[in-house]
Amino acid sequence: MNVMLKFRKIFFTFFKYFTLVFFTFVAVVPIISCVITAFKTDEEYAATNVMEMPASWLNFENFKGAWERANLGLAFVNSTIVLLCVLTGSIMFGAMLAYILSRFKFPGNGLIRNLFLFAALLPGVAMQVSVYKIMTSFGLINSLPGYIILMMGTDVISIYVFIQFFENIPVSLDESAIIDGASYFTVFFKILFPLLKPAIVTCMILKGVATYNEYYMANLYLQDKSKLVVVSTSLYTFTGPLGSQYNLICAGLLMTLLPPFVIFVLCQKQIYSGLTSGAVKG
Amino acid sequence: MVAKQGFQNEKKSKGFSKWLKSRKGQEAIVIVTFMLIPLLLLFVFTYLPFAEMFRFSFFKMKYIGEKEFVGLDNYIQVFSRDDIFGALKLSLYYMAGSLVQLAIALYFASVLSFKTKFGSFFKGAMFFPFLISGIAIGFIFKFFYTRGFVFDTILQMCGFELDNLPYWLKDQGINNISLVATSIWRYFGQNMVLFIGAIMSVDAEMYEAAQLDGANKWHQFKYIIMPSIRTVITLNLILSISGSLSAFDPPFVITKGGNGTATYFVIMNEIAHVTQKVGLASAMAIVLFIIIIILTILQKLFFKYAFNDGTEDNGKKRKEIKTAKGVK
Repeated sequence: MNVMLKFRKIFFTFFKYFTLVFFTFVAVVPIISCVITAFKTDEEYAATNVMEMPASWLNFENFKGAWERANLGLAFVNSTIVLLCVLTGSIMFGAMLAYILSRFKFPGNGLIRNLFLFAALLPGVAMQVSVYKIMTSFGLINSLPGYIILMMGTDVISIYVFIQFFENIPVSLDESAIIDGASYFTVFFKILFPLLKPAIVTCMILKGVATYNEYYMANLYLQDKSKLVVVSTSLYTFTGPLGSQYNLICAGLLMTLLPPFVIFVLCQKQIYSGLTSGAVKG
Repeated sequence: MVAKQGFQNEKKSKGFSKWLKSRKGQEAIVIVTFMLIPLLLLFVFTYLPFAEMFRFSFFKMKYIGEKEFVGLDNYIQVFSRDDIFGALKLSLYYMAGSLVQLAIALYFASVLSFKTKFGSFFKGAMFFPFLISGIAIGFIFKFFYTRGFVFDTILQMCGFELDNLPYWLKDQGINNISLVATSIWRYFGQNMVLFIGAIMSVDAEMYEAAQLDGANKWHQFKYIIMPSIRTVITLNLILSISGSLSAFDPPFVITKGGNGTATYFVIMNEIAHVTQKVGLASAMAIVLFIIIIILTILQKLFFKYAFNDGTEDNGKKRKEIKTAKGVK
């Protein structure tokens, strides 16, 4: 009997690690194959099997080439601008709105909450049919500020993360400050906002990843790819005549993956917990 | 008379400025100033376009130029053109895919919630694809599936003959499955992290107590893990239905909708921005939106009736979801 149990235990442990290794392999192989390919010269790429190791791991020619072709320097600058503005804006507005919705009872409070929730149901891609027309009439096509404003306006998840967070901060804190003569603005900016730090980190991660990776609207509204390229749209350069030169494409792709990868390695814990707290809504 | 009115106005404005200084007035100021911009953005980029889209759906029009009122013509086209409504059938692939995805995520979540060697490495590696942009995933998998490239090479290493392998992105029998697989690849790690979060919220003592009582892993899974994450799973299941209906990324970036992989939204995108039949595209959006609304209402009803067994943990979870949903 004991032997039987022991056998079962070994079997399950084996099964567990086998599946873990197998799926980790599945998860990383597509990326690894890109890494391998990115270091191959054109001749090597043409002559060797895709999974064969490159002759030299120090061949950075493809990276140089891709950086220039895809205009990645400018793309990173633009993406940084977009990220800074969108994150500042959506976090400030999200926190302000959440403060009002969680602290004040006024007619329309519930309605506003529901308006934001309902907005989340509208599929983004579908909405662009008419948003495009509105953007055209505002003259916001091909304008970085236009794209930034658009990206700021659609964030329900961060509002809800903030509302949840506010509900855990005792109201007595604001009240005592008010009695001491502080205005609501002081209460929000001086007392509550600094307390929101964990929620802000959560929102920065969720919204940051979403913004950095967003490409559908960027492609639609930032059409002048020579000036208004962002990281996600920079890769479109490779869809044209370069469409099958995968050593170049992989190099470009890996460079765009590097920032999220570094951030992921550095703040894994925050990303996981941010996701968990931001995803009750989905 | 005039002077008197002036005096009254002054009195009124004095009263108004006094009101502004009062607590109620301060409250009103802060409410208005803090909500102005978010509500303006919400209105301009969500509700105005939504109303416009509804209006457009009754016209034959392009982005620029004349409009012609056509009544319900666009809607009739949505239901009668094979390519459009038939595309919704493709979402069955994505629905099946999301079931597989949830199952894989659930399995690994329950494995990785307990002590595992290199656990955080496995978790990280499986999660990372979630952080890759859709367009990059497009390139990665075009490369991965190309004839004779990564996937074929791996299969050949495992002993398959290249001649027996299909063209993963061309053969209509398999290409939608290939695309769905990329979507699973991208999201199962994220689902897993969510489930781990839910499992971790269970008191660790529960497991110890269960172990002392002689419960094996399967019992622990069935009686402790499952109940604690039932809500998250149900939520994800339901979300995956509307997600499948609006599947867009994989075909858009990998196959551009060719060879019978065009989902509803890929077709809509094409109609809206390439052929510029704005009216028809709007009608498509409205139709799908109505379907999603119906599903959401069903989901609300489901939540209302499915989780009424009142165990403490469930009650808490329900409250969380309600708060998050703003029902409260």
